[in-house]
Amino acid sequence: MRIVVLVKQIPDTESQTEIDLDGISIRTDDIRWVMNPYDEIAVEEALRIKEQHGGKVTILSMGSQKASETIRTAIAMGADEGILIHDPLFDGGDALCTVKILTAALKQTGYDLIIAGQRSVDFDNCQIGPGVAELLQIPFIGMVVKQEITDGKIKCDRLIDGGEVVLEADLPILFTTQRGLNEPRYTSLTGVMKAKKKQIEVKSFSDLDVDETMVGAKNAKVAINSLNLPADKRNLKIIDGQTIEDQAASLVNIMHSDMGVF
Amino acid sequence: MTNSIFVIVEKQGGFFRKASVEVLCEGRRLADLKRATLIVVVLGNEVAESAKSLAKYGADQILVVEDSALTKYPTDVYCNVIETLIEAETPELILISATLWGKDLVAQLAVRLDVPLVMDCTGIDVTKTDSICERFLFGGKIMARVSLVGSPEIIATRPNVFVIEKNPREVTPKILNLDIAESKVHLVEFRLESVDKIDLTEADIIVAGGRGTNGDYKAIENLADVLGGAVGASRSSVDEGWRPHEDQIGQTGKVVSPNVYIACGISGSIQHIAGMSTSKYIIAINKDPDAPMFEKSDFGVVGDLHEAVPALIREIQKARQNQ
Repeated sequence: MRIVVLVKQIPDTESQTEIDLDGISIRTDDIRWVMNPYDEIAVEEALRIKEQHGGKVTILSMGSQKASETIRTAIAMGADEGILIHDPLFDGGDALCTVKILTAALKQTGYDLIIAGQRSVDFDNCQIGPGVAELLQIPFIGMVVKQEITDGKIKCDRLIDGGEVVLEADLPILFTTQRGLNEPRYTSLTGVMKAKKKQIEVKSFSDLDVDETMVGAKNAKVAINSLNLPADKRNLKIIDGQTIEDQAASLVNIMHSDMGVF
Repeated sequence: MTNSIFVIVEKQGGFFRKASVEVLCEGRRLADLKRATLIVVVLGNEVAESAKSLAKYGADQILVVEDSALTKYPTDVYCNVIETLIEAETPELILISATLWGKDLVAQLAVRLDVPLVMDCTGIDVTKTDSICERFLFGGKIMARVSLVGSPEIIATRPNVFVIEKNPREVTPKILNLDIAESKVHLVEFRLESVDKIDLTEADIIVAGGRGTNGDYKAIENLADVLGGAVGASRSSVDEGWRPHEDQIGQTGKVVSPNVYIACGISGSIQHIAGMSTSKYIIAINKDPDAPMFEKSDFGVVGDLHEAVPALIREIQKARQNQ
């Protein structure tokens, strides 16, 4: 089975995020980069499917040169190979541009199964998984917490607001991962050594069947005008009182009069 | 022909979702600014009867497509129907609430139509020709203003942000008969939890627990019950296995903006704050007076949550009796 995992490198979520001097991008120097947490779950699930059904796991990532580190992390976990899509021409594109570029790359790699995180926790567009499936005209199942493949079919439990549904489709399919599907493995030392030596293929604009009018900042249909740090100044008022009952009574008063609760 | 705006609404457990009514009201506001006709699109199984109730929120027209194949999931069949409706009505703007269902649906729709999509939008400014949207990036660490190029524009609005206002009109829903194409995905089973359970993203009050609970959520659950709110959790609580993944609030979990957020025994990591900092009121309860959560709160109680939360429940019950 040919399994392709879509992976994104993102700034560490435990770090502060700063705005660059241009006012429309994020400062990227001196920050720690990590694999998007939902993509770690995607890599893990791909490895488990390979262990059960055989096949090859390819990591596909679009980003800066630095994103090859994240591809190597996935290879250290056990993936077979990695492809980095990188070209300055792609800079500043929106989610729709990314969908088109990834789709073009997937047409070259081929696939029986594509797995992606349900969203990346930096830009939170939630668009890549369903978008790529739509453009490839293959079935899409989002927010998967359990899957089972038998006889060229996949059955998935997916999370919905207020419950779960079980869906079934024929391969090839794209599904996205939600927490609870698995616990991603740690990389082993031998895995890291192996990943270091692995050649990562780099694809640029000229390697892909994409049109110049589909990519880059000037073709983004959603353009960032400005970025700001949200005004989040709160004036903390500590609730005092002789006893915890007194404090609770004061807080209940405030909840009633200021916040309109009950 | 006049301009039009589509609002796609979602039903759950027999009712239109609060988040759908919110986006409908925002649609009314935008339709007035743009002098456009507001068309509510109601798709589903057994929806025709209740569709009329949406007239009270300012719909100019209500289009209904009712079919047993429209079972919410899979979403691609909805895309097909909406595409047909778009061809017929050529709206300039399509609005939906960014619930899990709404996000999947418009992510597919935007690619199919090759048009701009703003996901999880928290504010919309329009002129006659342009829309400028606000949305948060990195959970809630950064606020972006974005503009949209292309038509129709699709905007998915964040639940619990836009205000509900009644604006009654006389509308008779128009029932359309369309052929529903078969989906590539088949629904095997639907498992809804109790209809009473409030979704975190739509909850008005959230009581959330962190490491300070030591895994004991009883008091937090009781407080949420008494207040008619929902229970949330920090990442460490979920990692410890104390709460299910769907309760996790933060940059890597759910991003919420309730009226009142009560953080109990949550230290306040950067990624947690990112997921709840847009709450209207934040109350922190923590033993540690130096917990970073306090800096991000409006009100703080320095004390053990295992004493403070039960005391809060008793005082709320007392206050209710005196009302």
